[in-house]
Amino acid sequence: MAIKDYIRERFFPHLWCPGCGHGIVLNALLRAVERMGLKKNDIVMVSGIGCSSRISGYVDFHTLHTLHGRALAFATGVKLGHPELNILVPMGDGDALAIGGNHFIHAARRNIDLTAIVMNNRIYGMTGGQYSPLSGYGMLATTAPYQNIDHDFDVVALSTAAGASFVARSTTYHVQQLTDILEKAINHKGFSVVEVLSQCPTYFGRKNRLGSATDMMDQFKETTTPIGSKAKEKDPTLIERGVFVEKDIPEYCAEYDKVIERAMKKGA
Amino acid sequence: MTNNIRFVQGNEACVEGALYAGLDFFSGYPITPSTEVAEHLANRLPAKGGKFLQMEDEIASMCAIIGASLTGKKVMTATSGPGFSLKQEALGYAIMAEIPCVVVNVQRGGPSTGNPTHVSQADVMQARWGRHGDQSIVCLTASNNQDVFEMTVEAFNIAETYRTPVVLLLDETVGHMREKIVVPKAGEIPLVERLRTAVREGVDYHPYLPREDGRLPMSDFGDVHRYNVTGLFHDMWGFPTTNPGVVHGLLRHLNDKINNNANQMARYKEYYMDDAERVLISYGASARSALHVVENRRPRGERLGLLELQTLWPFPDVVVREKCRNAVSVCVVEMNMGQVMQAVKAAVDDPGKVFLANRIDGNLITPTDIRGILRLIQGRGV
Repeated sequence: MAIKDYIRERFFPHLWCPGCGHGIVLNALLRAVERMGLKKNDIVMVSGIGCSSRISGYVDFHTLHTLHGRALAFATGVKLGHPELNILVPMGDGDALAIGGNHFIHAARRNIDLTAIVMNNRIYGMTGGQYSPLSGYGMLATTAPYQNIDHDFDVVALSTAAGASFVARSTTYHVQQLTDILEKAINHKGFSVVEVLSQCPTYFGRKNRLGSATDMMDQFKETTTPIGSKAKEKDPTLIERGVFVEKDIPEYCAEYDKVIERAMKKGA
Repeated sequence: MTNNIRFVQGNEACVEGALYAGLDFFSGYPITPSTEVAEHLANRLPAKGGKFLQMEDEIASMCAIIGASLTGKKVMTATSGPGFSLKQEALGYAIMAEIPCVVVNVQRGGPSTGNPTHVSQADVMQARWGRHGDQSIVCLTASNNQDVFEMTVEAFNIAETYRTPVVLLLDETVGHMREKIVVPKAGEIPLVERLRTAVREGVDYHPYLPREDGRLPMSDFGDVHRYNVTGLFHDMWGFPTTNPGVVHGLLRHLNDKINNNANQMARYKEYYMDDAERVLISYGASARSALHVVENRRPRGERLGLLELQTLWPFPDVVVREKCRNAVSVCVVEMNMGQVMQAVKAAVDDPGKVFLANRIDGNLITPTDIRGILRLIQGRGV
């Protein structure tokens, strides 16, 4: 199937700003899905609220556009209701880790087979540029006019500590790597987290004088490095890219089948 | 004696009713006084192949049942007090996206943490108006455990018929009261199964286009029709729109499908109403005390009658108006500051004859409490 068969073409052009990184995430995701040969009827995309979450409107899957921060909670119900489905859960940084932070760590802890994609542009874009839990110390936002004093989460460390069995990071600059990682994440049986550094030239870039969209993508190239690279040894401030965690531990729906088995045995 | 007779708490009667109705998926969070619903379902549901899930919070448990409902499952959650407040946003989503689900609220005292272990009926208006935006909801209640069973089944039937959430509003007294129930045989109470679309694969399916009878056939996630579900105003395919005509039409539809069927959804019981000159209107645990007063005073020549409401929303105003037409006085018995009384006043021909017998201190309203207020209404003093 061609990429365009996976989209709802009538809704294009999309609503994202010129230069926004989210379209690149959509591109990488659809290439991964195409490569895997997944059937459209077997995929559910569950999203929350924000720029990132509008991604669900553009894909020709079963799509569930939910409440701010609650995508993983809805997705948990969908997955347990129909465990054979592939569930993709794209979220923004504020969506996933501020209002939705509790659902995020608990979905990771359960190791339920969902693919969580954190489209991290370090800002609330839909509401016009307020700081998020991933903006970072010292950054500027409409609600941090005197510099942000909140420290940011490390999504990889947080997800790992919370128990996610697949944790990876890439950027919109490294779109080939991103596609490979998303394919691995969707294939993985368990809770997968893929953090994607994505540019918001309209708000985060403009507020923090980071230049154009392409300038911001160049910065992803310059400030990141593959996991365990020599560059990282020389410059510890570099952000690592790649797959950090990939472990085979019991998945929640499979565990639930055992609960049913035990309950039926006891009941019989 | 057959083995379908059980001696159970109201909360367990609710569980029995839900299982009878075909519950497949429940998610909840521990909270007094509804916790036993979750505990019993944790035990019972997996044994019949269903799924019970204790989520990380009240919000998540409401969201998870909506997700599971979209895969074609019959779903329920249960909560109390602050938990019901936390569920309101997602309950509004279920109204907007027209997702069948049952939300049990075993009421306790509020506001805030209030009185977790004591009885109250103060969430009647929250059940009706707890969400932002104009919307309508179905809300049922019950005063004894047999009725809890039956109204739970009814809640599922209405949820599936009208493709809407239904609130089952119990109270701490009924939830924790133990009495006999008789579990009906399979088929004795008709069950409404979800209406699924007959539209074939490849043919345009409209998840949000009502049929002539107002019902909206569904298609399960994972089935052949791919569509969008959103809390935004949406068109007949489920895609977001701000088109004023579509917005207007959807809002009208969401409210009309409930309010136009108020008579069909009106469930109530009458006691000694035929010749009653003074009517008591009550529901839930309060109705038990009200019935005691009526049965106690009848032999003494007082023409009292009780109208017990089992549907609170949409408010059965036609029933209330008709039943109260010839009454000298109408006294609403409830454990709040007059939430149903307001609706009764709006329904009857003469609001001036409507009075309130209430108790708001966490104790069950007693026949003595009601009797004292009736004497005042009658002008006979305490």
